[in-house]
Amino acid sequence: MYKQLKRYFPVFVLPTLIAFIIAFAVPFFLGLGLSFSKFTLVTDAVFNGIDNYKQAFSDPSSNFVPALGFTAAFTVVCIIIVNVGAFALAMLLTKGLKGSNAFRSVFFAPNLIGGIVLGYVWNTILNALLLGANKTLLFKPEYGFWGLVLVVSWQMIGYMMIIYISGINNIPGDIREAAAIDGVNARQSLWHIVLPSVMPSITICTFLTLTNSFKLFDQNLALTNGGPANKTEMLALNIYRTFYNRNGWSGAGQAKAVVFFLLVGAIALVQLRLTRSKENSN
Amino acid sequence: MQKRVSTPAKIVSYLILAALVAVFAFPLLIILMNSFKGKLYISDNLFAFVNNISFVGINNYSVGITRMNFFSALGTSVFLTVVSTGIICVVCSMTAWYLTRIKSRLNSILYYAFVFSMIVPFQMVMFTTSFISNKLSLGTPWGLLVLYVGFGAGLSVFMFSGFIKSIPIQIEEAAYIDGCSPLRCYFQVVFPVLRPSTVTVAILNMMWIWNDYLLPLITLDSKYTTLPIAIQKIFTGGYGAMDMGGLMAMLTLSIIPIIAVYILGQKYIIEGVAAGAVKG
Repeated sequence: MYKQLKRYFPVFVLPTLIAFIIAFAVPFFLGLGLSFSKFTLVTDAVFNGIDNYKQAFSDPSSNFVPALGFTAAFTVVCIIIVNVGAFALAMLLTKGLKGSNAFRSVFFAPNLIGGIVLGYVWNTILNALLLGANKTLLFKPEYGFWGLVLVVSWQMIGYMMIIYISGINNIPGDIREAAAIDGVNARQSLWHIVLPSVMPSITICTFLTLTNSFKLFDQNLALTNGGPANKTEMLALNIYRTFYNRNGWSGAGQAKAVVFFLLVGAIALVQLRLTRSKENSN
Repeated sequence: MQKRVSTPAKIVSYLILAALVAVFAFPLLIILMNSFKGKLYISDNLFAFVNNISFVGINNYSVGITRMNFFSALGTSVFLTVVSTGIICVVCSMTAWYLTRIKSRLNSILYYAFVFSMIVPFQMVMFTTSFISNKLSLGTPWGLLVLYVGFGAGLSVFMFSGFIKSIPIQIEEAAYIDGCSPLRCYFQVVFPVLRPSTVTVAILNMMWIWNDYLLPLITLDSKYTTLPIAIQKIFTGGYGAMDMGGLMAMLTLSIIPIIAVYILGQKYIIEGVAAGAVKG
C-alpha cells in the first residue's frame, strides 16, 4: 500500500531532517565533545579530559553551584505557588458562574507576553513600589528572589489554570451527580472526587512548572540580571554569561551546559516514568 | 454539571475574581498610563494618574519609535514568527506522516531523535548552534528560518505523530486505490484531516517564536533586530539613553500586537494550549 510513498523520503522527511541536523543534531554532539576540550573558537579545540567540569564546579568565580541552589529553591517555591493558585482559580471558574470564559481569558493573557517584555514591565513596577522605602530590586538578593517568584507566578498561573480547567471539566458528570445525591459536602467532594480525578493534570502542571522555572532565562535577565553581585543568577543565565562575558571560560561554559542538560533530562525521565506507570495502572 | 451556587457564594466568587482581574491587569495598565506622561512625572510617581500637566500626548511614542527603529524590529519579528510557523506546520506534518506510516528501523530512530530534542535545554546547544549558524551564514531572517524549523521539529513532529496515529487509515487507502500520488494524497486527504492539530502546533510555535530572545540574539547579524532584543537594548542603554517616557511607550507598543491577535483568536489559543499540554 505505502510502497510508492517509501520512495518519497527526500520530499517528506529530508527538509525537516536537514534543518534538524543543522540546528540541533550537529550542535548537540559538537557540544558534548567540546565539553571535554580546551577551545576559544571551536576549530582550535584540544582534548583536556574533565578539566572543564572541574573548573565549572570548583573555581570560586564560577558561581555554578550557588546558581544551582538558587534555581532549585526558586523552582520549589514556584511549583507550590503556581499549582495551588492555578488549581484554586480553576475551581472558581468551573462553578458555572456567568462570565467564566472572560475571566479565564484575562488570567491567561500574561502568557502571550514574552519574558523579556514582562521582566521589564515588572522591573519598572517593583522598583517604583520599592522607591517609597528608598530601595530597589537589587537592594538584597531576597528582593530579587521574591520578585522573580511574583513575575513567574503571575505568568504561569494562567497557563496551568487552563490545564486544570480542562481536567476538572473532564470529570464525568454522573460521578458528581451520584455524590450530590449521597449528600457529599464541598470539602469531601474536593478531596475524594476532584483531586483524585485531576491527578494527571497535577502531574502535567507540576512538571511544566518544574522545567519552566528550572530553565528560566528571559525574566531573570530582565528583572535582576543576576544582581546584586550574582546572588540572583539562575543556571541558564550563569551558563550564558560564562560563554559570552568571560575569556577562557568557553570550555567550562559547555561543561555547565552538559550538566544542565543532564539535570533537565533526569527530570524528564522521572516524569515519563510517572506518567507511564499511571497509564498502566488504569 | 449543573450545580446550584448560592447567591452569597456567587457574590463572594465575583468579588474575588474582580480583585484578581485588577491584580492581573494592574501592571499593564500602569505601563499604558505612563506611556502618556512626561519623563519627570514618571520617575516622580509611577502610580499617579495622568493629568493635564503630566500629559504629553503621543510624544513618547514618536520619539521611541524613531530611536528604537520600532517598525523594523516589528517587521523582523512578524516575518520570523509567521513564516517559520507556516513552514514548520507543513514540513513537520509531512515528516510525521511519513515516519508514522512507513515502519523501518531508521524511521523509528529518527522519530526518537526528534522526541529527544524536546528535552534538551537550549543552553546545551547555544554556543555550538551560533558557531554552525555563523559558518553557514544563517545570520539573516531567512537563514534563521532554518534554525527555527530545526528547533521546532521536536515538539511538532511529536504532536503530529500522536494525532496521525489516531486517524483511521482507511481514508488514505481509499485515496490510494483511486490512484493518487503520495503528495496529492497527503495534501488533499491527510493534511485537511490534520487541521485541528495543525492549529495547536501553529499556536504553540507562534507563542514561542514571537517571544524568543536568545536564539536571534546569538545568531542574527547586528543589523537585524527583533522586538525582544530591541526592548532589552533600550532598557540597558543601547541606542543611547532613552528616557522613561520612551521606554513605557515601547513596552506598550510591543505588547499591543500579541494582545490584538489574542482578542481575535483566544478560543483557538486557549484550546491549543489545553490540547498541547495533554500531549506534552
